[in-house]
Amino acid sequence: MFNPLAFITNLKFMGVGMLTIVAVMGAIILMTMLLNKMYKD
Amino acid sequence: MNELLANAVIPTWQQIVMWLIGGLLIYLAIRKEMEPTLLLPLGFGTILVNIPLSGAVGPHGPLTTLFSAGISNELFPLILFIGIGAMIDFGPILTNPKLMLFGAAAQFGIFFTLCLASMFFGINDAASIGIIGAADGPTSIVVAQKLNSNYLGAIMVAAYSYMALVPMIQPPVIKALTTKKERMIRMPYEQKNVSRTTRILFPIIITVIAGVVAPESVALIGFLMFGNLIRECGVLNSLSETAQKVLANLVTIFLGLTIASQMQAESFLRLETLLILGLGLVAFIFDTAGGVLFAKLLNLFSKKKINPMIGAAGISAFPMSGRVVHKLGLEADPSNFLLMHSIGVNVSGQIASVIAGGLILNFFM
Repeated sequence: MFNPLAFITNLKFMGVGMLTIVAVMGAIILMTMLLNKMYKD
Repeated sequence: MNELLANAVIPTWQQIVMWLIGGLLIYLAIRKEMEPTLLLPLGFGTILVNIPLSGAVGPHGPLTTLFSAGISNELFPLILFIGIGAMIDFGPILTNPKLMLFGAAAQFGIFFTLCLASMFFGINDAASIGIIGAADGPTSIVVAQKLNSNYLGAIMVAAYSYMALVPMIQPPVIKALTTKKERMIRMPYEQKNVSRTTRILFPIIITVIAGVVAPESVALIGFLMFGNLIRECGVLNSLSETAQKVLANLVTIFLGLTIASQMQAESFLRLETLLILGLGLVAFIFDTAGGVLFAKLLNLFSKKKINPMIGAAGISAFPMSGRVVHKLGLEADPSNFLLMHSIGVNVSGQIASVIAGGLILNFFM
């Protein structure tokens, strides 16, 4: 079955997925910066 | 003579085609050294399961038993993740955490391919095909298996083949999206020491953050980070070595052979398989494009210019992708060394792809 409309329907997963990954990686970046500040050699 | 041939069976043409595919995988593994640890067992297993009335598969077949014991419950790929985690040095991203953003951007191909595949497949199969773009075999297996995809064999072949083909897939995409001037941008590397405490806390914190946002990713990210914790804790060196070598090798042998049980002619030789191979390529291309274009976007706002090629290393195929970018940097300017940056981005791609896998499971389970 070929359903071209499905592309548009599922774009929301792309939006939410990419935003969530960027947010999670952003949180990990902040935590890493904090760790680097707190525990210096 | 008749007695000798009494038990002989005649293969179908589809089975003979599968023998040839198995032979091709073995050839690529040995002669071209393309992901040999996986493609060789996969190729041999493909021949094994396509011999008529093969005793390797079926209700009491060893490969079917191994599949039930290690793949249908996702155990093998997860155990392999302990080994991979023990192999990864997060040092480059701990010294320059901002690089992790590129790992996120380079997951774009997963979601783009998901949308594209949904035009041809049901949403669970489309998501399983999209995750080929994770460029990470264990994540692809876990997601496809948890989503009950009908195309596990094709997805595995696509994922591992394209990972091996990264040195051929990425350069034309990168060159098409960057100018020579951009490829020559230098990025000085500042060597910084990372404390042992940071290295120990990092895998624990990542597991918690990713787990809270996408609980389905806990097994994936948790096993990966557990392997890394063994490596970094400093008191379990023998376990770390075992995880990196013996454990990873052992699981890889079984993984390849067991996945081959899904490569039987009747389930593999379909038009959909070709479509999946095509969509897998799209995923890798758009992952690369996502990383490069994100770096170019950052350059619009940043004083300190980034070489946009390092964005392409956010695809998780580790360490090939990092090396490809480094090589392209040297091609544009023989004294431009991007390796530390590209490997850092490559490692962050590993984390981001696992999180993407967990998110997809959260969306569709």
